[in-house]
Amino acid sequence: MKRQAQAVVLMLLGGAVLRTSLTDAYLRYVKEGLRPFLIAAGVALVAIAVATLYYELRERRAAHAHEHPEPKVSWLLLAPVVGLLLVAPGALGAYAADSTGTALGAWEEESDYPPLPDGDPAEIPVLDYASRAIFDEGRSIEGRRVRLTGFISRADDGTVFLTRMILSCCAADARPIKVGIEGAGTDGYADDTWVAVVGTYSPTMVRDPINNERIPFIAAETLEPVGAPVKEYE
Amino acid sequence: MLVDAETETGPGAPETVHRRRDRLPFGGLEVLAAGLIVILVARPWLTDALAAPWLQRWTVVFVSVIVQALPFLVFGVVLSAVIAVFVPPSFFARVLPRNDALAVPVAGAAGAVLPGCECASVPVAGAFIRRGVTPAAALAFLLSAPAINPIVLISTAVAFPGRPDFVAARFGASLLAAVVMGWLWLRLGRADWLKPPARPHTEGDSKAAAFWASCRHDIMHAGGFLVVGGAAAATLNAVVPERWITAVADRPVLSVVVLALLAVVLSICSEADAFVAASLTQFSLTARLAFLVVGPMVDIKLVAMQTGVFGKSFAARFAPATFVVAVASAAIVGTVVL
Repeated sequence: MKRQAQAVVLMLLGGAVLRTSLTDAYLRYVKEGLRPFLIAAGVALVAIAVATLYYELRERRAAHAHEHPEPKVSWLLLAPVVGLLLVAPGALGAYAADSTGTALGAWEEESDYPPLPDGDPAEIPVLDYASRAIFDEGRSIEGRRVRLTGFISRADDGTVFLTRMILSCCAADARPIKVGIEGAGTDGYADDTWVAVVGTYSPTMVRDPINNERIPFIAAETLEPVGAPVKEYE
Repeated sequence: MLVDAETETGPGAPETVHRRRDRLPFGGLEVLAAGLIVILVARPWLTDALAAPWLQRWTVVFVSVIVQALPFLVFGVVLSAVIAVFVPPSFFARVLPRNDALAVPVAGAAGAVLPGCECASVPVAGAFIRRGVTPAAALAFLLSAPAINPIVLISTAVAFPGRPDFVAARFGASLLAAVVMGWLWLRLGRADWLKPPARPHTEGDSKAAAFWASCRHDIMHAGGFLVVGGAAAATLNAVVPERWITAVADRPVLSVVVLALLAVVLSICSEADAFVAASLTQFSLTARLAFLVVGPMVDIKLVAMQTGVFGKSFAARFAPATFVVAVASAAIVGTVVL
């Protein structure tokens, strides 16, 4: 690869990283906390591209340019550019959740769950509901209405879940947290539809056939479609 | 002052390149421009073609592995350019013990101060070798840095609350494996397995020019291979069903090997792998320790990057040996401590 072409590839890559990290698009791939580092990396890539062009032009003028091509594999750096700018896939959803066991086991039992936040219904994350329902046997949710937001996914046997993917670092380690929905009709809702469920604690519990981990249920009063949140991962 | 193998191959090499290129009516830049136009025109069709759920999942995982790794890779590349241009070789001669066998554990322990993951340590270790550090010590650093730095240890402690012994086991087993690999290289390693450190032409250039050339060169090399590794990890991530893995969880020896292989396949960043290990609750702690010791030292994207920086004949020997040593180290430390 010629140096001019390298500069263009680096410029494209830096630009793609900057565009992804300056909009909310980066949230589909990595955690929020990585944003400043992504911006810094994008700026550095653009700077390397500019410096490469600068020295290339200067050496041309000085007429002692000796071409020193880099290997062909460098061209592959265009693949993430295409992925980020042209394909820009959405966040992982039901397809990934259906083939992965619920990840509740990653969170150790806490001895003590703080009271739910104020409000009726109380707005809490799916992971928070699932751990309170399983590890605390619903004690800290008893007598309260909660509102959970997630997308619809289904087990092989047709059980309908309200699901949220959680990330530790990037989408390669994304794992679902599933909560079964009972009491409200879910028939009209296709997989991947974002919904908000208002309901109360249910003692029903099933095991995820994939990894035998526990899946709690929510006794739903209402279920309504909502728009996908900006931050689709919890 | 910057002397390397390539400058000594003489002025003939660049000229042959020129002659070959003169025969072509167009260069890479024109192909690149044409390709971009084709992609832009085909974009609506491309989006449709990639709408299948499994392809969507593949693309998300592929893009996210690379997005996650890039800041660390860029950091490592810039740091290695600083080392290559501004830190004189005499510095390393001063801080590392003269005795190679002693330099290995010192360099391994020094890995604790590079806050990053495996993507940063590959270019930095490459820079160490170019600056005259004995390869065995640089390789011990390469293996230990992504596993025992403070960020990784803290995230391990967060993922395994109330288990400081597990964090200590990760530190101990990783450092042990890194140092053993360094010593193995001293005894068995051959210099000709390592590809002569490729370097851009920098003789006669200013320090600034050398710095930017080093950045560009390292990104083009390691970055291309990072893409190869990201694609392989995304593929395996999508095709290995979790059901197969959980089926072996209750067989103690097999489960250690399976989780070690899973670490190779998944290529998760070492700053995040502890959370994945924590979620593999069906497995014994020793098996999960193997996952965390092997992952930062041998995984698909890392082997691809090592191939790019150190050469094929190096990676083909070094990666399998590291895998065996890391599994053994995790099994021993896990059995004793956990």
